[in-house]
Amino acid sequence: MSETTTPSTALPEISVSADKVTSVDTEPKNTFELRNVNVFYGDMLAVKDVSMAIPHNQITAFIGPSGCGKSTLLRSLNRMNDLIPGARVEGDVLYHGMNMYGPKVDPVQVRTVIGMVFQKPNPFPKSIYDNVAFGPRLQGRNGNLDDVVEEALRGAALWDEVKDRLKDNAYGMSGGQQQRLCIARAIAVQPDVILMDEPCSALDPVSTGRIEDLMVELKKTYTIVIVTHNMQQAARVADRTAFFTVLANDETGSRTGVLVEYAATTKIFSKPDDERTENYVSGRFG
Amino acid sequence: MADEPDYSSRVALPPRTRVAVGGAREVTESLFTSGDRKKKIQGTIFLGLLLFGLSIALISIAAMITWAFVAGGPRLNTNLFTNVPSVVTPENAGYRTAILGTLYVIGGVIVLIVPLGVGAAIYLEQFANPANKFNRFVDLNIQNLAGVPSIVFGILGLAFIVRGPLSLGFVAAAGSLTLALLVLPTVILASREAIRAVPSSIRDGSLALGATVWQAVWRQVLPAALPGILTGVILAVSRAIGEAAPLLLVGAVTFVTFNPSFFEGGYSTLPTMIYSYAKRPQEELQVLAAAGVVVMLVLLIMINSVAIYLRNRFERTW
Ligand SMILES: Nc1ncnc2c1ncn2[C@@H]1O[C@H](COP(=O)(O)OP(=O)(O)O)[C@@H](O)[C@H]1O
Ligand SMILES: [Mg+2]
Repeated sequence: MSETTTPSTALPEISVSADKVTSVDTEPKNTFELRNVNVFYGDMLAVKDVSMAIPHNQITAFIGPSGCGKSTLLRSLNRMNDLIPGARVEGDVLYHGMNMYGPKVDPVQVRTVIGMVFQKPNPFPKSIYDNVAFGPRLQGRNGNLDDVVEEALRGAALWDEVKDRLKDNAYGMSGGQQQRLCIARAIAVQPDVILMDEPCSALDPVSTGRIEDLMVELKKTYTIVIVTHNMQQAARVADRTAFFTVLANDETGSRTGVLVEYAATTKIFSKPDDERTENYVSGRFG
Repeated sequence: MADEPDYSSRVALPPRTRVAVGGAREVTESLFTSGDRKKKIQGTIFLGLLLFGLSIALISIAAMITWAFVAGGPRLNTNLFTNVPSVVTPENAGYRTAILGTLYVIGGVIVLIVPLGVGAAIYLEQFANPANKFNRFVDLNIQNLAGVPSIVFGILGLAFIVRGPLSLGFVAAAGSLTLALLVLPTVILASREAIRAVPSSIRDGSLALGATVWQAVWRQVLPAALPGILTGVILAVSRAIGEAAPLLLVGAVTFVTFNPSFFEGGYSTLPTMIYSYAKRPQEELQVLAAAGVVVMLVLLIMINSVAIYLRNRFERTW
């Protein structure tokens, strides 16, 4: 649960703006490259042998039945799994060509560069302003953060709705507004990537639509990886889609997630190569 | 992040601790729930039961207070607060040294239990691995300690604090330490409950923004849990103020005519003083004891008001 943090020697290779990074062993246009990644919880292999490249400034969607390890894999992309006792990642997770699980990499630093938005909106029980300012303050910026807060709220298409009540408690907002606040909060630390774990599953269709529009807008600046239960959502917003499924081992009773197919979204939804993908996207399974 | 431990199988807690723990949880949760219907109905029923219990409690308290005012009436004047105790001239005797003694002892208790209790709670809730055997052992023992009678802590204080390893002697600091040990389990349990009532999504949200575990706890979890923690501390301190039995063992001697200090000389506290007046046969001393109850009520109300004011301030941080 605890982790050693040495911010001074942290992630020297990672630069906030990705296009400045010259990578060694991958194409520059890929933000992540996963090679034979296994994720364990204790002895349990939750996700097995995933290899995929996640392109820069695009939206990549993870779809699949529940329990197939989408969230697990997503959390391994910003080392949130490190905080779960017993969780372990094998294989290579390369971020702009650099091994994210290398010995010199500080997981805390990783999370400032790779932000995350959760399934249920989780604003802090503070003012709207303090929610957005939390990340910058963590980084030691203690002066006037009005500009940072405004820019982040504008970035999350929330500014006009809340500009007159920045000092109000964030819990007074609607669910959709709360989720956009969480996006604003993530943007305020100026990340390179935003990971979203079913960000709309707790929202109504109108709020969902706004967040989808926002994602399409945000991909100009950020690389986005989204887990979604909603196949229409993947079809609407994602450039590329990865379909995962669960393999049950009848002998041991263990269930392991595997990547079935990963391709352009149009291909996944129109003429997938794998029969299991076709069954899933046509609604015959899962 | 870790699985919710199963608290239904928890060791039975004494009522005071249960109230502290329940209160700490309620206060924190109220921050995060905008209210769903089922909870509201349950809430109404629970509220009804509470009001019933409360009315019984209130009637008894009202009877006691009335008695204290009627019986102590003749002595209710400022001498009561400014004069020193005496059995020889009871008509002039007061509680000054006992009031000061209580303030010293309770001040010491607060200074000890807040950092120790909250620190232990933070460790157990946020850092300790619940699967670890040692942590489970500590957990179980804290729950058991909350049920140990106070006189046992008095004996412990006498053997280890007044004499034995610490050998502080019969001083106010020994009283503080003894009472702190007595109420520490309550503070730890209530603080843990308050911390646990903060959704783990708050912690995860902080971590995902690049906070260290320590920053997430210090800047988000703890402030959100603070009103609940304070509730637990208030209840623990209220209990400590009223304790007489363990203090008698660690030297709260009866007739102190000089102002107390922490590390030297005898001391007395309000409950022990009231006890020593009340057990004597003279009529005037009975009156004095009743008046002492009024003094103690005033002191309790004052200390609790400060604590409640503090809690309300923390509840409105936005
Ligand atoms: N914190 C955890 N500890 C242990 N096992 C977990 C944990 N989180 C998820 N799992 C297990 O890992 C598997 C994948 O879960 P998850 O990644 O949440 O799937 P999905 O997001 O696709 O529904 C499931 O079998 C789940 O039970
Ligand atoms: Mg999931």
